[in-house]
Amino acid sequence: MFYREAGQFKTSYEADQQVFPILQDRIGVAIILGVAIFIVPFVANDFFLSAIAIPFLILALATIGLNVLTGYAGQLSLGTGGFMGVGAYACYKLTTLFPDVSIVVHILLSGFAAAAVGMVFGLPSLRIKGLYLAVTTLAAQFFLEWCFIRIPWLYNYNASGAIEVPGRQILGTMVTGASAGSVPRYFTVLAIVILLTVLVKNLLRGRIGRQWMMIRDMDIAAELMGVRPLYAKLSAFAVSSYLCGVAGAMFVFFYLGAAEPSAFSITLSFQILFMAILGGLGSLVGCFFGAAFIWALPIILRAGPPMIGIPIAAETAFHITSMIIGALIVTFLILEPHGLARLWQIGKEKLRVWPFPYA
Amino acid sequence: MKMKSLIAGGILAAMASTAALPAFAQDSVYVPLFSYRTGPFAGSGIPIANGMSDYLTMLNERDGGINGVRINIEECETGYDTQKGVECYEQVKAKNPLVISPYSTGITLQVIPKAGVDKIPVLSMAYGLSAAAVGDVFPWVFNPPATYWDGASAIVADIARREGGLESLKGKKIGYIYLDAGYGKEPIPLLEDFAKAYGFDLTLYPVPGKEMQNQSSQWLNVRRDRPDYMIMWGWGAMNPTAVKEAIKIRFPMDKFYGVWWSGGNDDAGAGGEDAKGYRTMNFHGVGSDYPVIADIKKYVVDAGKSQVDPAKFADNLYNRGVYNSMLIAEGIRRAQELTGKKVIDATDMRAGLENLNIDEARLKDMGMEGFAGTLKLSCSDHSGHHQVYVVEWDGKDWQKSGEWFSPMTDVVRPMLETAAEEYKAANSPWPERTEPCLSN
Repeated sequence: MFYREAGQFKTSYEADQQVFPILQDRIGVAIILGVAIFIVPFVANDFFLSAIAIPFLILALATIGLNVLTGYAGQLSLGTGGFMGVGAYACYKLTTLFPDVSIVVHILLSGFAAAAVGMVFGLPSLRIKGLYLAVTTLAAQFFLEWCFIRIPWLYNYNASGAIEVPGRQILGTMVTGASAGSVPRYFTVLAIVILLTVLVKNLLRGRIGRQWMMIRDMDIAAELMGVRPLYAKLSAFAVSSYLCGVAGAMFVFFYLGAAEPSAFSITLSFQILFMAILGGLGSLVGCFFGAAFIWALPIILRAGPPMIGIPIAAETAFHITSMIIGALIVTFLILEPHGLARLWQIGKEKLRVWPFPYA
Repeated sequence: MKMKSLIAGGILAAMASTAALPAFAQDSVYVPLFSYRTGPFAGSGIPIANGMSDYLTMLNERDGGINGVRINIEECETGYDTQKGVECYEQVKAKNPLVISPYSTGITLQVIPKAGVDKIPVLSMAYGLSAAAVGDVFPWVFNPPATYWDGASAIVADIARREGGLESLKGKKIGYIYLDAGYGKEPIPLLEDFAKAYGFDLTLYPVPGKEMQNQSSQWLNVRRDRPDYMIMWGWGAMNPTAVKEAIKIRFPMDKFYGVWWSGGNDDAGAGGEDAKGYRTMNFHGVGSDYPVIADIKKYVVDAGKSQVDPAKFADNLYNRGVYNSMLIAEGIRRAQELTGKKVIDATDMRAGLENLNIDEARLKDMGMEGFAGTLKLSCSDHSGHHQVYVVEWDGKDWQKSGEWFSPMTDVVRPMLETAAEEYKAANSPWPERTEPCLSN
């Protein structure tokens, strides 16, 4: 009843090809954007913005990066944490070498360093597939982590081996470093994430994205139809690593504030892989669902009981959260193996015919 | 059906989120404790967390808090994970904490720049950034009673004492095995400078965090290099593994030094009798033979208000937790004295910590005579570089070995000042100190 496109006629090619062809979707997206831009930053407290919203957006971007590679191009990767690290260290080097250039430019540029590294480690994908490729990307993860520890040039010979984020301004407002408030950081992250998500959405709808999906569905057939696996696979690695690199740079500059190499360990790679799988492989909205589920839910579960006055020991909350999250992951994957995005789609279909399910 | 449950769920969620926040009791101050009772570092984290919360609970139970102000203790689980630590910091920040005790050098490094902006003092007791001892640059960070650099210099001084003077260090080989993280890397600049100055060979054996339970390759190298002494900066599961590996390669245990954080009872206990002679630095009493520990037993442990395993009560790391909480409590007391207020805030707490002056009489009042040394901080010196002593493992427990002695403060202090300046330059624009210095 509410979600029905009856009566919405498309009279031009533009109307037919737009990202959200259904009016209700456009309204929904506009509301979400409106809430994210005009309501959240002014209503939410510091904790919500700094510990939940900002990392959620950043990790959603990293998940989009992995999803491009794994969900759309079908190349399994366990190197996400490493590629995020490349972005973070590249951004740190860039901003310490050229402190006068805007930090946003550095963050967007640092993705290219990650893209270059990602392409190098993507080369084996031309010969090997599936789990075997996962093992080679695992090598990337370990090698990159080793670099972050062993190459002191990367962290400017800092005695503690960590990268510390210097304070940087945009339009006279501090956006990085300790004195940056959570609202400017949130807006910067939100702007970059929206920009890149729109770009990726359009990339996926076009020739390049279709090539990736062809490679994913059947690479031999794709090759016979004129898709060059070399370009398709490497471009998927490049775009994926670019997004991960930008996410990694933002993770350090807008969320952590300083990072040790262990921040980009295999744990992060797995975390992002779970976000992608749980959210739904091959779905952009799923990336946001997955990131929210894996990142935000544990924090809310941990912070929730004390906030509403239930006394619970810190480590008990920790154990209980792990158990709840584990159980939910299993439940969701049994109920809907295609992830939260598929659940959302089913929900939309139900809404479309409601209240006459046989219409 | 579907819609109904959706609506019901929505209403439930809305109700849950609007439930009123409980108001804190009037006369109380909020002290969050970052702890880790889970994860690979829990072996070291649990005794510390127990000691810290038990001492503060004891003050609440015995004296009704500090001058009638109850301490509202809350633990935040970090798992020794830097990200979770930052999350904990954001979480507690909203509740006006008096002081932050990160209990991880990694987390301390993250919160140092934030502390000055948010005006929350950070008490990193004998860990964290050594250069933070320079109070003129780091007004909000405290690392009493001694920094890592003091610790490293004390170990070198003790080795020199046994060899017969600093000049006898020439040509000696000293190995340094460390957790390859911010924590283990912290004293390397000092050790390297000392190696140059005193002419000993320094060999580094980094142990990556995820391989800390498998150190056979590092210790094979130690066996090949045959260093005269080994110094360890280990934590969590790294310590017992290192002790066992050292025994396996028959390294002379009395030439194996650990920093104070490598001195857990379970750490040396992993080697049992064979670990006899293994020594670590220490700055508080071992064992339970002190009035303060007896009070904790009476008011907290026997009353069932502690999580401590009775067999591990008052072990070395537990006592360190007690010592840490004592500094927090004394900081609060000093701040109350200085301001005349009962319920102090974080700014007062900063002044309180800065003007800490714990003399023998005060130690006696607290039931800590012989448990801790006197401690005095000042505006420019946030560590105090206090005396330490060596404890030796006798196969069953730690025993005091030798007298209290000073670290090589005269050499270390200028190096710390240089390091603080370097930190300031690397993190520019670093805010200049504007906090007033109250006279003692």
